[in-house]
Amino acid sequence: MEHRYIYADNAATTPVSDAVLEAMLPYFQTNYGNPSSIYAKGRENERAVMDARARVAACLGAQPGEIFFTGGGSESDNWAIKCTADRLAAQGKKHIITSVFEHHAVLHTCEYLEKHGFEVTYLPVGDKGLIDPADVEAAIREDTALVTIMYANNEIGTIQPVPEIGEICHAHKVLFHTDAVQAVGNVEIDVKAQHIDMLSLSGHKLHAPKGVGALYVRKGISLPNLIHGGGQEMGRRAGTENVPGIIGLAKAMEIATTGIPEKIARLTPLRDRLIDGILQIDQTRLNGDREHRLCGNVNVSIVGVEGESLLLMLDHFGIAASSGSACTSGSLDPSHVLLSLGLIHEVAHGSLRLSLGNDFTEDDAAYMLSVIPQVVERLRAMSPMWETICKEGRRLV
Amino acid sequence: MNYSEKVMDHFTNPRNVGEIPDADGIGEVGNAKCGDIMKMYLKIDGTTITDVKFKTFGCGAAVATSSMATEMIKGKSIEEALQLTNKAVMEALDGLPPVKVHCSVLAEQAIKAALSDYYRRQGIDPEPIVGTVPDCEDCHE
Repeated sequence: MEHRYIYADNAATTPVSDAVLEAMLPYFQTNYGNPSSIYAKGRENERAVMDARARVAACLGAQPGEIFFTGGGSESDNWAIKCTADRLAAQGKKHIITSVFEHHAVLHTCEYLEKHGFEVTYLPVGDKGLIDPADVEAAIREDTALVTIMYANNEIGTIQPVPEIGEICHAHKVLFHTDAVQAVGNVEIDVKAQHIDMLSLSGHKLHAPKGVGALYVRKGISLPNLIHGGGQEMGRRAGTENVPGIIGLAKAMEIATTGIPEKIARLTPLRDRLIDGILQIDQTRLNGDREHRLCGNVNVSIVGVEGESLLLMLDHFGIAASSGSACTSGSLDPSHVLLSLGLIHEVAHGSLRLSLGNDFTEDDAAYMLSVIPQVVERLRAMSPMWETICKEGRRLV
Repeated sequence: MNYSEKVMDHFTNPRNVGEIPDADGIGEVGNAKCGDIMKMYLKIDGTTITDVKFKTFGCGAAVATSSMATEMIKGKSIEEALQLTNKAVMEALDGLPPVKVHCSVLAEQAIKAALSDYYRRQGIDPEPIVGTVPDCEDCHE
């Protein structure tokens, strides 16, 4: 069989694209000035950052003054949640609403706040991995400071009803933050039309470099600083600007948010071909709703095999993927996202996530569908768990 | 996960995979909930382990430690097999990442469980010889 290399872990990170790298390069050795400096090299970079801010804002339907550059998605989440909590606690609002399957940048931040006197409601996501806006509404209280719900889940790719949730929050005058790290470039986002008060995004998920992200904060919302120091980012986030990163992020955002319908139209059939192909294997299931799903996300459970061995075996065949097994999460428990769907541990251990890149082709899909069944067969042949299941005639999915 | 070349070799080309239909001792340790199950089959002639096979559900390290452990006891005496430690299996694999040490413990326990089964079939109480094989549930609950 022909050997290929297919990078199918784009939800983890993406390569910096040529166009982004080209846009960034002058800012390392030629335009290296500190934007806070008074001379030409500084002023030029101040303008470059200003221009980048306006371009990022335009991609989200925001105003330039509403975009703050950060060190990435986790920082944006921490800033939005902790500092909103801090400010509103002073008004007696010490309740936060989130969901059970948020990214750890949100979940662990909420758990931290719980240790500091906040009460957090973790909404269920059902067996499809979708949050019901009615649940959000029912959870809102007098003392609710913030609702923070992810736009699209990083493991199972389910797209949440963010506009509806935003509308509910605004009707109840509660702030709404969304972690849109996986959604930007895959879903059309308009922060105004979708009633979003704060939105986190990350560069390296959309072909910008690692270490740069942004937080959108709607004008009029006072968000205290997370990082104190100099007057950068309109006095809200100190630290000399990551100018090359910011330039790269702006370029990447423009590319990623242009042609989203075309991307969806091209990748969805490929994604579905993969899903249907894998589901041909006995005792497999798709994790997460199929319809409200990122166009490049496949997440399946394959009974009887363990995720890490599956990944190592796929890597051997040139396929880079990811899993929610305990072995890959570094703990004894499999992914909290898969468990939140109601999966039992045995089924969650055998999960596989394929997140397709823009360059994914029919041939790549065909190659994957030739490799995956034989790898599964090989691992099942040596799996005492599979042996027992077959002997007892049990079906776990 | 930074696995040594030996671990990767034993993972991609595991030795002694399979079952022994007329095994003299079978041991199974771990559980599906934790994500690791090892099943070890022994063929014993007198005091010599003449054949050994395994089946493993688990991560790369679980497969590699099972494979290496079978290699290390094949053709050896029961006494030698009982002295095999998880540390020796790890060393033979040029080390394991710290979070994977428990896999080598499981391999050691799988051999002990299979030997216990062998003694039980002989009508001999295995505990004074093999000791107790701890239940994996202990690490989880």
